[in-house]
Amino acid sequence: MAEWFRRKSEKIKTLDKREIAEGMWLKCPQCQEVVYRKMLEENHFICTNCTHHFRITSDNYIQLLMDDGKFEEIAANVQSVDPLNFKATKNYTDQIKTAQEKTGNKDAVKTLIGNINGIKAVLAIMDFSFIGGSMGSVVGEKISQAIDRAAKDHLPLVIITASGGARMQEGAYSLMQMAKISSKLARYSDLGGLYITVITDPTTGGTTASFAMLGDIILAEPNALIGFAGARVIKQTIGEELPEGFQRSEFLLEKGFIDHIVGRKELKTTLSDLFSFFNFGASEKEELSEVDDNE
Amino acid sequence: MSNYILEFEAPLREIEDKIDSMKSTGIKTGMDVTEAVQKLEEQLTNEKKILYENLSRWERVQLARHPKRPYSSDYISRITDYWFELHGDRYFSDDPAMICGIAVIDNLKLMIISQEKGRGTKSKLFRNFGMARPEGYRKALRLMKLAEKYKIPVLTLIDTPGAYPGLGAEERGQAEAIARNLFEMSKLRVPIINIVIGEGASGGALGIGVGDKMLCFENTWYSVISPEGCATILFRDASRAPEAADSMMVTAKDLKYFGIADTILPEPLGGTHQDYNQSADTLKNAILDSFLELNKIDPDKRIENRIEKYDKMGKWSDG
Repeated sequence: MAEWFRRKSEKIKTLDKREIAEGMWLKCPQCQEVVYRKMLEENHFICTNCTHHFRITSDNYIQLLMDDGKFEEIAANVQSVDPLNFKATKNYTDQIKTAQEKTGNKDAVKTLIGNINGIKAVLAIMDFSFIGGSMGSVVGEKISQAIDRAAKDHLPLVIITASGGARMQEGAYSLMQMAKISSKLARYSDLGGLYITVITDPTTGGTTASFAMLGDIILAEPNALIGFAGARVIKQTIGEELPEGFQRSEFLLEKGFIDHIVGRKELKTTLSDLFSFFNFGASEKEELSEVDDNE
Repeated sequence: MSNYILEFEAPLREIEDKIDSMKSTGIKTGMDVTEAVQKLEEQLTNEKKILYENLSRWERVQLARHPKRPYSSDYISRITDYWFELHGDRYFSDDPAMICGIAVIDNLKLMIISQEKGRGTKSKLFRNFGMARPEGYRKALRLMKLAEKYKIPVLTLIDTPGAYPGLGAEERGQAEAIARNLFEMSKLRVPIINIVIGEGASGGALGIGVGDKMLCFENTWYSVISPEGCATILFRDASRAPEAADSMMVTAKDLKYFGIADTILPEPLGGTHQDYNQSADTLKNAILDSFLELNKIDPDKRIENRIEKYDKMGKWSDG
């Protein structure tokens, strides 16, 4: 299933999706150093040698960001129904079942509400390990419900993306999720909502061409693959090698499509600082009192 | 050249050839072939009816891509009483894959945003085979915002094999340009009608495809990826595209069944290229009817309906 993410080019390395393997010792796909698993875990799965950010799950992000790891799930029971009765080399229904067993999640996104450094926010966290983080009806519906909740409670919204794009086993339905989520974001924005995107490795296709690129503030993890078309397709189209670092976070920052590259360790503070700056959450009072002190 | 050039149209081509040779025999020998020709022509009509009323999805995909199929410019020249093309995104360049401009059709003022594939090698290259770059999507947005300012409804004509997957397109933010259009189109305060006239490939089509009503000509396809692309990835074999077209359910009829398309526009027997004027008439009437209906709705309500329409799309269970 994840074949279309796997680059054939030597220059563009694509890491195996199960890069966080079982076992005590792990090999960093970037610097090839063998790292002790426990140390890596304590370091939020950032290589202790080269700072490569390993791909992590939605549960890892929950532990990283939510105060005391606590949260309330939104649209927890929404799950796929194989609307096209899709059969290829694997049946879609079987594929869903396997992915659910492997990840313990219902689909490729977890939507929730909780506190980040004391500030309440709505989060949608995608999981690349669930059928390549692909976006079908369930991802669309869960994110849509999350946006509605953020709009209703006037909370900031954070979407952490990790996705190969739309889920073609749902045909045009999956394409329309781009419109569904984008239109909900438009309404949320008009209501004064603050939307922050955190783009992680990899984010491509329809996910990039919709909500990943629509944040009021767009953050990205270092060296994440971010793009619209696949590198192989582009190479075929232009018939020449792609530049070094093409479609990586740093490349997009240089081209003007990302506000800031933020390492995983700084992510929680960055988010809560941004919430406060844009007048969401607890610190509103403190700011006022600071002004009083100065006067 | 015969109008029947596709593989599955071979039986029609054979009858056509027979008619031609019968006629030339008549001329050469002075024999009266009227009756024989008439018989063959009847046979052709019957064969056509049987063939085109039972097309497979893959055959419809081929008709959607037919080299003689009318493109946006063919329709614009036939349906508008006034047309003035507007160029450029004001940031980088003009994208010839996207033809935009102001138009009047029967006293109805419109902003037309359309994709153009180009006919003939030179034109195809100029139009980049209908694959728009970020500039195309940004030009479209600039002009849709202009339309909004003057309360002019927007018509989009969709016909693209996909957004252009090039190096420069990525550098200039193909994904951002498409995403921005989805966002802005969903809250544009004027009516928007999207009509698929040929191919509707993925984000490249959706980038000008958000609106209040979606109409599809009968022999068009619209999906998340081309049948070939899907076959390559999921069946590991591009030649299994016909199967992929069935699996993904890519035709106008499927889109209507999904609740994504509102109306299917009938085509002349054998496809829109069999009769440009008749197809243009169908298009024109559909445009006028649809806007008449949409103009009656209050703008706030129309936007709310639009967002709700997309909110319903998809199938899931609640536990």
